[in-house]
Amino acid sequence: MKKYLSFFRIRFIYGLQYRAAAYAGVATQFAWGGMILLMFAAFYKNSANVFPMTFKELSSYIWLQQAFLALFMSWYFDNDIMSSIVNGNIAYELCRPIDLYLMWFLKNMAVRASRVVLRCAPILLVAFFLPEPFKMSLPNSLLEGALFLLSLVTGFIVLVAFSMLIYITMFYTISPVGIRVLAVSTLEFLTGAIIPLPFFPEGLKKVLLILPFGSMQNTPFLIYTGVLSGSEALQSIFLQVIWFLLLTFLGKRFMKHALAKTIVQGG
Amino acid sequence: MKLYLKYAAILLKSQMQYKTSFFMTTLGQFLVSFTVFLGMYFMFDRFQAVEGFTFSEVLLCFSIILTSYSLAECFVRGFDTFSGIISNGEFDRIMVRPRNEILQVLASRIEFSRIGRLIQGIVVFIYAIPASGVIWTFDKILTVVLMVVGGFFVFSGLYIIYASLCFFTTEGLEFMNIFTDGGKEFGKYPFSIYGEEVLKFFTYVIPLALFQYYPFMYLIGRTDRITNMLLPILGMLFILPCHLFWRIGIRHYKSTGS
Repeated sequence: MKKYLSFFRIRFIYGLQYRAAAYAGVATQFAWGGMILLMFAAFYKNSANVFPMTFKELSSYIWLQQAFLALFMSWYFDNDIMSSIVNGNIAYELCRPIDLYLMWFLKNMAVRASRVVLRCAPILLVAFFLPEPFKMSLPNSLLEGALFLLSLVTGFIVLVAFSMLIYITMFYTISPVGIRVLAVSTLEFLTGAIIPLPFFPEGLKKVLLILPFGSMQNTPFLIYTGVLSGSEALQSIFLQVIWFLLLTFLGKRFMKHALAKTIVQGG
Repeated sequence: MKLYLKYAAILLKSQMQYKTSFFMTTLGQFLVSFTVFLGMYFMFDRFQAVEGFTFSEVLLCFSIILTSYSLAECFVRGFDTFSGIISNGEFDRIMVRPRNEILQVLASRIEFSRIGRLIQGIVVFIYAIPASGVIWTFDKILTVVLMVVGGFFVFSGLYIIYASLCFFTTEGLEFMNIFTDGGKEFGKYPFSIYGEEVLKFFTYVIPLALFQYYPFMYLIGRTDRITNMLLPILGMLFILPCHLFWRIGIRHYKSTGS
């Protein structure tokens, strides 16, 4: 276990190096979040009665989304891992007495976590001090705050488990760009990164909530804003855990299958 | 110009070497903007209209901005990836050649796979033409052309600023994304819906609204003022200060030495 932790630590500290980039990123995300809120405000003015949540809840949702963007961004892939598959360096990795799946999993988590650590605090801090309808508000109770943190972590690992499946498909297709773009844009849309899931049509929303897509960023943010509460919140966290177990099980199976067939093409 | 076409032909040939990859990327580009379209569809499915604009009117706006953005991204990509050109020393080679630097940077990369997004823009446009209820007289067609060309110029200008900043910082500045990527992303709705201040910002500081909101109002018949239709031409002038900034940047250029 110790060696895996040190993998995590190395990547985490490595990620913390990029501080200047992070500050530029904070400014960008802040402007981005602001524009999204103004857009929703225009729709809200038009017909507030069909708005699926209150505007206050939406504001918190959008700021959380911006603050924790790095945890749930579906377009991020570790270049080391990608190129190791393409250029054959994976042969070295396979010689080591470690579980490749677990190591990649932790690497991914570490990079994402380090980005969030740098970015989330300034975004949330400023968002708390914005004028009324656009400001970020606190969760309704301490319990909901705790549930939010719990489901933030489970949602995060569900997403990483899902993106592991995308890495594994790279073993089968040498040209990685196609599948990746396809998978990323679908994932992006279905997890609610473009518009939050509550704004989806009812039928589609019901399906997505059962699928892993609803168990990523959707659950923690809705718990924080209070749209999901009480037993509903617990149920969705339970669903997150199930998806996490299922996706990692699948990922490990596929990886084993892929590695059994892997041919490193010399070089 | 002849030189540029020659460059373009070579780039096209080289990108066509990997046909599957090319078509997959093109398809990917199409899909990426398709999800944006779906998002808009769901929003209008729920809300019907925003600030008095109907779905088909907004689609018209979306397709125009998408078209001009993807054209700019396709042909001005060299400036978008300029930090790479500087950091690997390619710019030194460009400087010693007896040809204009801008031409060479432009010709260094042409991203033909952006056609995927362009196709999307055109498909949506074809759908929106009858649906938007605009009566297509000559001046309306001219407005659309001006909007697309104006948009191409403004986005190109933004890419040039982005590249010029690299002369000072070597790295690209992520913040510029708000104006290029964000301009496309948020420009799918007329800029007026974001409120007075945002509209003013995009009129006087970064002139995105000059080719979007104002001529768009003329296009869908909300205003009869002919000046609205001609504003994209003013927007095109944005390229001049950008070019000036580029010249200043070049004078500052120090090679990275690699």
